[in-house]
Amino acid sequence: MINIRDKGAELWETWNRPKRITFVLVLIGLVGLLPYAGDFSFTSILNTPISSYQAVLVYPVGMFVLMALGLNIVVGKSGLLDLGYVAFFAIGAYSAAILGTKTHLNIWEILPIGMGLAMISGVLLGLPTLRLRGDYLAIVTLGFGEIVRIVAVNNRSTGGPNGIANVPNPPSIFGVRFALDNMKGFFWIIFVMILLVIWMVRRLSIRRPGRAWEAIRQDEDVAMLMGVPILRYKIWSFSIGAAIGGAAGVIFASKSMYVAPDMFTFNTSVLILSCVVFGGMGNIWGVVLGGTILAYLPERIRFINNARQLVFGLALVVIMNVRPDGLLPRKKREKIAKVSAKPEGDSNV
Amino acid sequence: MNFSVVVSQFWPLLINGLALGFIYVLISLGYTMVYGVLRLINFANSEIFMVGTFATVIVSRNFFGFNQNTDPLSGFKLFFAMGACLVASMLVSGVTAVIVELVAYRRLRAKGTNRLASLISAIGVSIILQEGIRILTHSVPMSNPRLLRKFSVVTFGDVGIRVDTLLVIVFAAVLFFSVDRFVNKTLLGKAIRAVSMSEETSKLMGINLNRVISATFLIGGSMTGAAAFLYETVYENTKYNVGFSIGLAAFTAAVLGGIGNLRGAFYGGLSLGLLEQFAAAILGTQWKAVTVFLVLVMVLLFKPNGLFGEAVQQTRV
Repeated sequence: MINIRDKGAELWETWNRPKRITFVLVLIGLVGLLPYAGDFSFTSILNTPISSYQAVLVYPVGMFVLMALGLNIVVGKSGLLDLGYVAFFAIGAYSAAILGTKTHLNIWEILPIGMGLAMISGVLLGLPTLRLRGDYLAIVTLGFGEIVRIVAVNNRSTGGPNGIANVPNPPSIFGVRFALDNMKGFFWIIFVMILLVIWMVRRLSIRRPGRAWEAIRQDEDVAMLMGVPILRYKIWSFSIGAAIGGAAGVIFASKSMYVAPDMFTFNTSVLILSCVVFGGMGNIWGVVLGGTILAYLPERIRFINNARQLVFGLALVVIMNVRPDGLLPRKKREKIAKVSAKPEGDSNV
Repeated sequence: MNFSVVVSQFWPLLINGLALGFIYVLISLGYTMVYGVLRLINFANSEIFMVGTFATVIVSRNFFGFNQNTDPLSGFKLFFAMGACLVASMLVSGVTAVIVELVAYRRLRAKGTNRLASLISAIGVSIILQEGIRILTHSVPMSNPRLLRKFSVVTFGDVGIRVDTLLVIVFAAVLFFSVDRFVNKTLLGKAIRAVSMSEETSKLMGINLNRVISATFLIGGSMTGAAAFLYETVYENTKYNVGFSIGLAAFTAAVLGGIGNLRGAFYGGLSLGLLEQFAAAILGTQWKAVTVFLVLVMVLLFKPNGLFGEAVQQTRV
C-alpha cells in the first residue's frame, strides 16, 4: 500500500532550510485563512448545511484536532489505551465555567489554571492505574470519564444537569475580538494552540521522553530492563495529554459560553480515539487529518440527517478494514520495530 | 447515607442484587470469552444485548400478537411463549455476534494488525447497529408485554420478592453452569481453551482457528441474548441505547473478576450486582456508578489481574 507519509518525509529530507521554512509559513498562512474559505462561490462546497462554516471550523474540527493530538501522546506515542479522555476536556471546561462566572479572572488567566487542574487529575488518576496492563487501564479511564460526568450532573456547584451558562468570552488580544458572532478569533487561538502542541510533540519525540515512550510502547518489559523509568514517563505522557485536553476544554467553554454534563459523554471519548486511530496512530499529520475528516464529515453530511451516524459507523468499519494502520501510518522504521516485537507481546495496545 | 434501609430491606436487596448480578454474569460472558480467545474488548457486545432485547419484544408483540392489555398467560402457553422469546433472542444475538466477528474482526485479524484497529472497527459496527435500530424504531422505546404474572413469593415488611427475579436467578445459573461445563468438558470447549492459551500452538495442533473463534462469538452472543430476554422479563422496556450502560456494567464485572476467566465473570457479575443494589440503597441511585468504579479501581490496585486473576489457566476460557 502506498505510504504517503513516508513519501512526504523523504521529500522533506531532500529540502534545504529556506525551502522548509517557506513551506511551513505558506501552510500556516493557508490554514490561517481557512475561515474565509467559505465566502467564495467556488469554495461553497465546503459549507456545512446547518451550523455556520466558521463555527464548524472551531468546534468540532479545531477542537477535535487539538484533543486528538493530545490523546495521540497517550495512545499513539506511549501506547496507553485511554477511553475516558473526555474527562480532562470536561475538567477544563468546568474550571473555565466556574472560575469564569464566580471570580473575576478572565479566560486567559483561567487557561493555565484549567490546564493545571486537568494535569493534576491526570497524575492522580495515573498514579494508581498506570501500573495496570493495557485493557485494565482502558476500563479504569472509561470509568473515570463517566465519574466526572456523573459528579457534574449531581453536584450543585456545577449546576447539575442544566450546567452553567454565561461563561465569559475571552478579552481580545492583538485586536482580535472573541465573541459568538466572531468565530475567526476562536479558530485562530485554537490554531495557535495546535501549532504549539505539534511543535512540542515533535521536540519531545526526538528527545529522552519521546524515546522512553517509544520503548514503552514497543515492549514494556524490555524497556524496564533497559532502565527506563516506566511509571514516571507514563505519568508524564498521561498528564501532558490531560493538560492539552484541559486547554481545549477551557476554550470550548468560553466559545460556547455554556457547559452541560451531556457534552462530555463516552461517545466524545470514542470519537477522539477514532480520530487518532483513523488518521494513523503516533503520526502527527495522520492524527490531524483524521481529526479533520471525522469532525468535518458528520457536519458536512447533515443533509442525510437521520442516517448521519450510520454512515459514520460504516466509514469507520470500511476504512479500518482497508487501511488498518490509519490513513497516514507512522514511519516504516517504527513499524518494523513494532512487528518484530509483536509475538506474544501483550503489553502494547 | 441511609443505612437503615439496608437493615430493614436486607433480603429484597440481596435477592434483587443477585438477579441483576446474574444478568451481568451472562452478558459479561460475551466480553470475557471473546477476550480470552482474541485478547480484544468486544465493544459491540452491548449492541448485541440491545438487539436481543428487541428480538424478545418483537417476537412477543408481533409474532404472538401480545400487547399491554393481554392477560398474563399460564401453563403450557406461558412456557411456549417465553421459550420462543428466549430462543429468538439467543438466536438473533448469537448470529449478530458471529456477523460482527466476520465484519469487524476477521479481515483485520488475517492482516495481523494492531489491536486498536480492531477496536475502532468494532466501535464502528456498534454505531451501525445502534443507529440502524434507532432509525428503524424512530427512537421510540418499546415495552415488552407482561407474559408472566408477577406475584410476590415471599414478602419482607412491605417489600416482596417477585417470581421474575427468582426466575432470572435460577435460569441464569443453569445457563452459566452449562456454558462452564461445555467449555471444560467438550472437545470444542477444549479447543476454545487451547486457542486462549496460545493461538500459534493451537494452530499447529490442527485446530481450525476461524471456526473456534466463530463458536466463541456464537456462545458469548447467545448468552448475551439470554441475558437480554431475562432483562426484558424483569424490566419490560427497551430502547435503542439500552445496551450502553448495562454493557459497561457487564464489562466492569468481567474486569472485576479477571477478564478472560469464566468463573471470574461469574463472581465479578454477582459482586457487581450486589454492590450496585446496596450502593444505590445507601448512597442514592445517582452515585451507583461512581461507587462501582471506585471499588473497581481499589480491587485493581491490590489485585491487578482482577479478583480471580487471569493466570488460572484451567478455568480460563
